[in-house]
Amino acid sequence: MRLVFITFLCLLAFVNVQSQDHSLLDMVSDSVGTNTRQLVEGTFKGTHIINMQSVEQPAKKELAFIMMHRFGKLNDGAYNFFGLDQAAIRLAFNYGVTNRLTVGIGRSSLDKAFDASLKYKILQQAFPGQHKPFSVSYFSSIVYPTLKYEDKPYLTARLRPIYTNQLLIARKFNSNLSLQVNPTWLHYNLVATKADKNDLFALAMGGRMKFNKRMSINAEYNLLPSSQIPSAPVKNSFSLGWDIETGGHVFQLVFSNSAGMVDPYFMSKTIGTWGNGDIYFGFNISRIFSFKK
Amino acid sequence: MKRTIWVFVYLLSIAGIAQSQVYLDRAGFASFYASTPLEDIEAQNKQVFAVIDIGKNEFAFAALLKGFLFKKQLMQTHFNENYVESDQYPKATFSGTYTGEINSSSAGNVTVKGNFTLHGVTRVLEIPATLQLKNNRLTGNAKFKVKPEDYKIEIPSLVKNKIAPEVEVVVNINAELKK
Repeated sequence: MRLVFITFLCLLAFVNVQSQDHSLLDMVSDSVGTNTRQLVEGTFKGTHIINMQSVEQPAKKELAFIMMHRFGKLNDGAYNFFGLDQAAIRLAFNYGVTNRLTVGIGRSSLDKAFDASLKYKILQQAFPGQHKPFSVSYFSSIVYPTLKYEDKPYLTARLRPIYTNQLLIARKFNSNLSLQVNPTWLHYNLVATKADKNDLFALAMGGRMKFNKRMSINAEYNLLPSSQIPSAPVKNSFSLGWDIETGGHVFQLVFSNSAGMVDPYFMSKTIGTWGNGDIYFGFNISRIFSFKK
Repeated sequence: MKRTIWVFVYLLSIAGIAQSQVYLDRAGFASFYASTPLEDIEAQNKQVFAVIDIGKNEFAFAALLKGFLFKKQLMQTHFNENYVESDQYPKATFSGTYTGEINSSSAGNVTVKGNFTLHGVTRVLEIPATLQLKNNRLTGNAKFKVKPEDYKIEIPSLVKNKIAPEVEVVVNINAELKK
């Protein structure tokens, strides 16, 4: 009996040594644990999905220069070269004060509008993690159109600004698919008629599907219950985009029924529809400059 | 008699256990440099896991690729998303054996040979390294070069002249005896 016990011990010891033999790599691999919690990065390639804000923002001490460009409508016909004769542009700088806080300024040729914005990352999605399944950011901006109207002498500085407040809620489902919703509150100091609301509520939805490492197809839809603006034939904005990433640049090709490139414009001033061919072709280019030593 | 043999075998196996002296480092250091005149590319990882068995002259390393920190956030995102694809291949590992003497007075030169796995590709590497055992701590240093193309890491032609064709990897460990 004792002999059997000793033999058993021997075997145990032997097995022990054996397992140690080939488990050195298993040991490190288990310990390095791929299931340690990691922050989810690269939910989108750009700071805009197409027109709508994405949860991405430049890191601390990084400056993103963004050039957004839209040609005219596709249905302008051959004489206007299908819209390519016209162009609207928005130039913007966004600076990362911290990894969570971005401040930005921009200027659109449409209505000669200036805009100032801030984006703050409240929550960053982590994986694996039940508590942080989403990234959540807050975005706020003031758009100030400076276009002069001969016939509207009453349009004072106080009446011009348009305010935007948004929550950006995004989830990267896997390395290819990311989806985002932006519940939005817009405030106009001045509206066209008494029936129009000064405070508008909208919901922007967007997503991207990567089809290889450096390219993705993006889509976004902005839902604005039109009863809020009875005086104008406002339509919901729908855009399709194609992201191409090349090193420090992100290049986005865009098709949209909106000409405006800042939030209140494409959200509440879109009057074209895809069905009529009111499609604006354009692109966004962004370039990151780092001021880190 | 029979019983004596068994006891002998048993003692042998005990000796086998005692012989394996495993040193462990949970916070090893690894860095790589792929800088060119056009771009400073450098990243550091301070959570490299290393195990060295000086009884059997065996070693194993593992590091999470997401643990490599760059100065530029965008570069780090691109490293993970576009180059090493760390969602799909989360870690780099290196395991094998070494030959050479370890002593306590100075860092002994050893030759390390083993399987290096990165981006789903495993290759046999043979590199010079140093190991020193002093005050119950095993320190080691190694420096080697890795060609991204050997590991199916594609570098687009547009940025080819910004990234060094050979990436220099430095590994430093400071391990203690595993209890």
